[in-house]
Amino acid sequence: MADNATTPAKAGGATTLAETGGRPSVGLFVTCLVDLFRPSVGFAAIKLIEAAGCRVSVPASQTCCGQPAYNSGDRKDTRAIAENVIATFEPYDYVVAPSGSCGGMLKTHYADLFEGDEAWSARAAAFSAKTFELVSFLVDVRGMTHVDASFAGSVTYHDACSGLRELGVKNQPRRLLKSVEGLKLIELKDADVCCGFGGTFCVKYPDISNAIVGRKAEAIVASGADTLLAGDLGCLMNMAGKLQREGKPVHTRHVAEVLAGMADEPAIGEVER
Amino acid sequence: MSGRDGTIGARAAILGKIRRQLGVTAEDPKRNAAVDARLTRAPKGVVPARGQLDAAGRIALFTEKMEKASASVARVTNVEAIPTAVAEYLRAHNLPAAVRMGEDALLNALPWQKTSIEVSHGASEGSDAVGLSHAVAAVAESGTLVLTSGADNPTTLNFLPATHIVAVEAAAIAGDFEAVWAQLRKRYGKGVLPRTVNMVSGPSRSADIEQKLQLGAHGPKDLHVIIVG
Amino acid sequence: MVAITSPQFKANAKAALADPNLQQALTHVRHNFIERRAASAVALPEFEALRDSSRDIKNHTLANLDLYLEAYEEKVTEAGGHVHYAETGEEARDLILSICRKAGARTVTKGKTMIGEEIEINEHLEAAGIEPIETDLGEYIIQLRHEPPSHIIAPAVHLTQKQVEDDFRRAHTHLDPNRDLSEARELLAEARGILRQRFLEADVGITGANFLIAETGTSVIVTNEGNGDLTQILPRVHIVLASIEKVVPTLEDVSQILRVLARSATGQEMSTYTTFSTGPRRRDDPDGPDEYHVVILDNGRSEMLGSQFQDMLRCIRCAACLNHCPVYQEIGGHAYGWVYPGPMGAVLTPKLIGVDKAGNLPNASTFCGRCEAVCPMRIPLPNMMRHWREREFERHLQPATYRTGLGVWAFLARRPRLYQFATGIAMRVLGNLGHRRGRFRALPLAGGWTKYRDLPAPAGKTFQEQWKEKQRALKGREA
Repeated sequence: MADNATTPAKAGGATTLAETGGRPSVGLFVTCLVDLFRPSVGFAAIKLIEAAGCRVSVPASQTCCGQPAYNSGDRKDTRAIAENVIATFEPYDYVVAPSGSCGGMLKTHYADLFEGDEAWSARAAAFSAKTFELVSFLVDVRGMTHVDASFAGSVTYHDACSGLRELGVKNQPRRLLKSVEGLKLIELKDADVCCGFGGTFCVKYPDISNAIVGRKAEAIVASGADTLLAGDLGCLMNMAGKLQREGKPVHTRHVAEVLAGMADEPAIGEVER
Repeated sequence: MSGRDGTIGARAAILGKIRRQLGVTAEDPKRNAAVDARLTRAPKGVVPARGQLDAAGRIALFTEKMEKASASVARVTNVEAIPTAVAEYLRAHNLPAAVRMGEDALLNALPWQKTSIEVSHGASEGSDAVGLSHAVAAVAESGTLVLTSGADNPTTLNFLPATHIVAVEAAAIAGDFEAVWAQLRKRYGKGVLPRTVNMVSGPSRSADIEQKLQLGAHGPKDLHVIIVG
Repeated sequence: MVAITSPQFKANAKAALADPNLQQALTHVRHNFIERRAASAVALPEFEALRDSSRDIKNHTLANLDLYLEAYEEKVTEAGGHVHYAETGEEARDLILSICRKAGARTVTKGKTMIGEEIEINEHLEAAGIEPIETDLGEYIIQLRHEPPSHIIAPAVHLTQKQVEDDFRRAHTHLDPNRDLSEARELLAEARGILRQRFLEADVGITGANFLIAETGTSVIVTNEGNGDLTQILPRVHIVLASIEKVVPTLEDVSQILRVLARSATGQEMSTYTTFSTGPRRRDDPDGPDEYHVVILDNGRSEMLGSQFQDMLRCIRCAACLNHCPVYQEIGGHAYGWVYPGPMGAVLTPKLIGVDKAGNLPNASTFCGRCEAVCPMRIPLPNMMRHWREREFERHLQPATYRTGLGVWAFLARRPRLYQFATGIAMRVLGNLGHRRGRFRALPLAGGWTKYRDLPAPAGKTFQEQWKEKQRALKGREA
């Protein structure tokens, strides 16, 4: 379980490589959706990061990456939030987020917020350089090639847009999924097409969002897979919500849950039977 | 100086606005030098490798691409064979034995009398079934013919007749567009082009009706290329 | 006046989603363009390098646009053509009308020109008693329907074949009503026959220009039909209508960009007809126009230079962004309410008609990024849509409820302890409400979501709460 290798809750949770016995320190960026709606994803992420030979801390003063404000044009609040995030995570060797869209915000957009401010630009650059989406961190940074997990059933994988296009997350989750014992991976038709979530888009333009997710749900059902996976909880909730509204039997989970062998909890939007 | 018709004001306003927005001046010597240099040197950029073949390779590639675009391609060993090749094509397609061409020297020197083809000359006014042109060059990279305007090969012949037959010398099939520009510069001078240069890559087509691809939209329904040599 | 309906975007979109003809027509858009573009990009190893090179050429040109415009103008004049400048759409329309009047024009054929749509030239000519005739098949069809184009390269992509048949029957009253028009090729043949006569009769031909080449004073058009060519060589007068950013320096430069244009648009390596026109007929030309005019339009583009929107001026109107956009694929082009739809329209329209009218366009995006991924000129479209959202935010143009909701979220996000307190309570409440079924079919304030989807219920305790508990338990054990 995730609770046997955590760092003591020192102020800022700072650790050095020496203190952690040569293992890099990772600050887990939980993301607001995981924090609020599906904490099990956070625990699955911790288990995986520890399996990759790192020590994980969860700084208490994190809230949101600032993307809702950023994409709504509120640069002032976004910057304030970003300053808090950067400062909070400065003590760690790496920052890892179980989300391509938060990861993309932290890694590729923070620099934009501090243009013209030399000191903060440097801090932001250092922060972004050490920040990764979860699966990309495991495979690209830690060199993970397989996981010790099993999953009886077929899954199909949706490429969430930010992870795919901002961070290049595509082959990594498929590689690890293929190593899960018993798991059958079925490729989703148009896997790289948007699911229609888009943050506030899905509530600002619900009719259009519904058309897009309806099409995605059709493809998911057509794949024949029992379970839908992706690396972004927003997208997952959007797709799960649509599948369930349509009465489809597909289960939806975050890819971390399956990779960490923690897929025994109820799937998204479901309860224990 | 253009603008005499009264748009001098607009011209000055637009150029002035551009300069203000960019934070530059018209007289800046560095900018002028950079622009002059580019216009003079005309650097090439990225030239695809696929057209960089020997003559036989270029002919094969050009033929493949033209046929893929629904043009038909025939090959004759010398120019004297062109009239017979044209006659064969017309017969095979149930077309009347009549073609319209311009004053092109090569085409006009051919033994048309050996066939029963009625040859007329000049620009097309829309009533010709078949136009015959001589392309100055072709581009293997994309399967493209290059035709230039003038009395030799009037541009209307490329578009009005429903069938367009084009003769091109094998040696004129270049690997890339850049070679064609070099050739045209030699012929017309630097910075000068004939009134029209047509780059033709197949018969006319449209997919405007439910994305169904159809040939013969407004230009020729059939394009037949005769490679000579 | 052609109505601008961008402010009614939401209603437009809703109607579009419920339009069976449009939805049937859009099934063709969802895959054909995308697959063909992908195939042709893969088939050319230099494709990515050509995108970089094309971007660099345009950036260099824009940085020196004034000088290249002057160089272009000089060459056009040398070749016997005339260059006219227009700051606004109104000026451009008046210039064109004046040229047509001087030519005694009764009918004017038109090649496809989006700038023509932008300045509403057809309406202007008609009001002056001159008949404009669209010759691009798609444009011809929508002209019959009195509709604007719904796509920047395939104007009638929103129509089914049956609709086209109905339009032809309605408009071509001089033909036998019992004729068979059930096949697409019959429709094409009918249009070809009718338009051929109009091509031959026209007094003036108006085309757009994909590029204006400074080195030689040349306008370039690309078509598959050949209609642009018949438009510009048959009439006595040829008018080229182009905006300032169409200039490229040299023949080699235009060749770079041509290599990515058709591939990005339709997946073809070259459009069937790529035509380079320089001035009126020469002494030995047996065909061609007697007069060659270029009307160069600004209409807000110079203002984009040196601004956050400068990169948008690299656009070559290939429509790759439209074709790959999940929003465009569902609602088609008319919903955007003006000339330019899809992602490029979302960036350009607010600039040209105002963000107060067109604000919905840059907001109706999921920022999936597919547009930027396929743009041959590497335009950062989502970033520029975000810049529009920033302008709206500054000007308080967004709906109040939305702004307030985001304000509350940002307020909390900056105060971690308060955030955890508030979210802890909210998630406990929601978790309790939802724990029986695990999801909500309906929820107050969440109507936008629950109208079409269930909302998964939160677990109850937040991660941070569970984490704190685990830490305490650990400490307890260690003690």
